[in-house]
Amino acid sequence: MRFGILVFPGSWSHQDFQYMLGDVMGFEAQVVWHKATGVEGFDCLILPGGFAHGDYLRAGAIARFSPVMPAVIRFAERGGLVLGSCNGFQILCEAGLLPGALLRNASLQYRCQWVHLRVESTATPFTAALAPGRILRMPISHGEGRYHADAETLRRLGGEGRVIFRYCAPDGTQAPEANPNGSAEHIAGICNAQGNVLGLMPHPERAAEGLLGSEDGRLLFDALLARVPG
Amino acid sequence: MLRARVTITLKQGILDPQGDTVRSALAALGFDGVADCRVGKFVLLRLTESDRAKAAAQVEEMCRRLLANPVIEDFRFELEEIP
Repeated sequence: MRFGILVFPGSWSHQDFQYMLGDVMGFEAQVVWHKATGVEGFDCLILPGGFAHGDYLRAGAIARFSPVMPAVIRFAERGGLVLGSCNGFQILCEAGLLPGALLRNASLQYRCQWVHLRVESTATPFTAALAPGRILRMPISHGEGRYHADAETLRRLGGEGRVIFRYCAPDGTQAPEANPNGSAEHIAGICNAQGNVLGLMPHPERAAEGLLGSEDGRLLFDALLARVPG
Repeated sequence: MLRARVTITLKQGILDPQGDTVRSALAALGFDGVADCRVGKFVLLRLTESDRAKAAAQVEEMCRRLLANPVIEDFRFELEEIP
């Protein structure tokens, strides 16, 4: 399994991803500058968190036109695995690889905290080995994570099992106070129709070692190993 | 020379916490006649195209592709002559 971790000007989570995937989990993990025009040789692309191109105009609005993006879109269309976390999720939405958009948190506050996520669906290889209903604990760190999509899109995502994670209380219930940003239907992560592109606001790469509070972030990639021969 | 004045706002019905906060602040100052407040973006573009129709088509395309996100935002613009 060979991971390519994209780096845009202003990305900040690429080293954490490389540390988790490479040092902690033993995968081959290489960073890819946003000016690369090809992504050959990778099995999975990661769009990490940060503030790509300063998040000017809208989060992800400029990054979606980075030189590497046409190759990322072709890679995804051919079924390549793509995971976008935080700013990476915002970029995937702006690029049209995932539906909807991420708006300013309803609280207007930047939220940097631990959250609980309920695994809603195994429709993507990243969660294929996890039991639906399992509760994961990961950090979030964002000011614009309020997931929005029109009613029809929300209905389709729910109906097709494409809502992968919802914010929840530690016991799995959907208390309003467990929704850190006001996301529609508590949505924390979704996938595309084919299931190979996953976007989520939380940071799995910051939940890679028990010493740092949680190992749950690794589960997304353990699940991947179980599904895709390396 | 032409200048485009582009206004981008969140679509109707989308929660705008920034607008709500500004409205509360205005109310705190005694401006209690504000029923609703929406905060958007304003972009000024000085254009090299002098033909109004062509300029309008270009700005429309700029809004669709980059300046506004059609999932969450509406846009409108005017063109004005500037020296």
